[in-house]
Amino acid sequence: MSQAEPKQRKLVSGASVPRFAAHVTFRFDAARDKWIVLAPERLFMPDEQAVAILKLADGSRSVDAIVDALAAVYSADRGEIAGDVIDIFQDMADKGVMTL
Amino acid sequence: MSPLDDRRSTTAPPFALLAEVTHRCPLQCPYCSNPLELERSSREMATADWLRVLGEAAALGVLQVHFSGGEPTARRDLAELIRHASQLGLYSNLITSGVLTAERQLADYVEAGLRHVQVSFQDADAGGGDRIAGLQGAHQKKLRFATMVRQAGLPLTLNLVVHRQNLDNLPHMIAMAESLDAGRIEIAHVQYYAWALANRDALLPSRAALDEATRVVEAARARLKGIMVIDYVVPDYHAVRPKSCMNGWGRQFINVMPSGTALPCHAAQILPGFEFPSVLRASLADIWYRSDAFNRFRGTDWMPEPCHSCERRELDWGGCRCQAFQLTGDATRTDPVCALAPDHGLVGAVRSAADGEVPAFVYRRFGADLAVR
Repeated sequence: MSQAEPKQRKLVSGASVPRFAAHVTFRFDAARDKWIVLAPERLFMPDEQAVAILKLADGSRSVDAIVDALAAVYSADRGEIAGDVIDIFQDMADKGVMTL
Repeated sequence: MSPLDDRRSTTAPPFALLAEVTHRCPLQCPYCSNPLELERSSREMATADWLRVLGEAAALGVLQVHFSGGEPTARRDLAELIRHASQLGLYSNLITSGVLTAERQLADYVEAGLRHVQVSFQDADAGGGDRIAGLQGAHQKKLRFATMVRQAGLPLTLNLVVHRQNLDNLPHMIAMAESLDAGRIEIAHVQYYAWALANRDALLPSRAALDEATRVVEAARARLKGIMVIDYVVPDYHAVRPKSCMNGWGRQFINVMPSGTALPCHAAQILPGFEFPSVLRASLADIWYRSDAFNRFRGTDWMPEPCHSCERRELDWGGCRCQAFQLTGDATRTDPVCALAPDHGLVGAVRSAADGEVPAFVYRRFGADLAVR
């Protein structure tokens, strides 16, 4: 049994660098023509907007950099984009699918 | 296989294959979901057949394969099957009791591409755990194996099946999962099929015990948010709406038994009037899109009232066909668990047993004498 100090929930900030956990696969599925997230006994099919965000989570970009990249492509307000981005990464981190 | 009923154009491919590679298991849990008539090792499919089934599954659009049983690690070719699944791009998951696997064997599975392990625990300690599993020393072996899984760098889910004989220990079981560094816990109240149905009165908790367990789960979820995911399956005899069994018949899952029989769910074999197809005689694609067995309760056309016009018909998909059959004798009836079902009264009679005496277990074993009840 591990005697490490108790784990704590991590919260997304602009400096967080989100990436998929080692045991999670994010890939395109040709049979369904959709991007999918394969996780332990779970499967997510993110919508188009979420896919655009998740594709930028390559383990080197920070949340701020991801928001900048999206703001350069989409015409939406930067604050609005940042809200969506943080929501998605927090949700994925809480599900154990991503690390921050 | 009727060429007249080919649902290829209207049916999505399955997400997951549940590969029940063997019914052999050193445990004797009295709520085992395997059929009462267990398939002996002589009926198990050969390695080559399983390799072909995995290939057909990937081609059909399956994304995840759950290696299960019985105890899947009892098969010597499991690493080979995992390797093939990985090469096909399938996400492979091992559902195990954890009592048979040595460190080297686990290393072979990891090297073959295994992505995740689910280990069952029967209770929070060896006294309860070994008694419920019907195997001395099982609990200690499980603790050791779960630790090995984390040391090998694999994510770990603890599967905790709960019932009236271990429900009081739920807080201790959750603490055990934390100390084992599990990323996820599946707390599943026993579902009453097969061996669990034979042991129903020994397992079904009272409403008060259920409510207390639900409170414990909700508190743990709040405390462990972002640290551990807790999935919770409630016993549907206490529910007012039926579970979305398998998320709909022939919608997401395909189950293959040790002998190669393909089922829409692991309990479906009890239903009379079916000829379940075998992967030894038909392709998985033909079975999924064209077999009567998979088409019979697919979608909503087959539904009786009040299901057919119900606004929840595509949420719970009419509940569970096996439960309808077990409680009413007719698999096409509305699942009696639903408060809107004409047969809902049948469930009340079952529930009342939960406040009565606790009968002895009938343990799962080959050739068990069910007359013991």
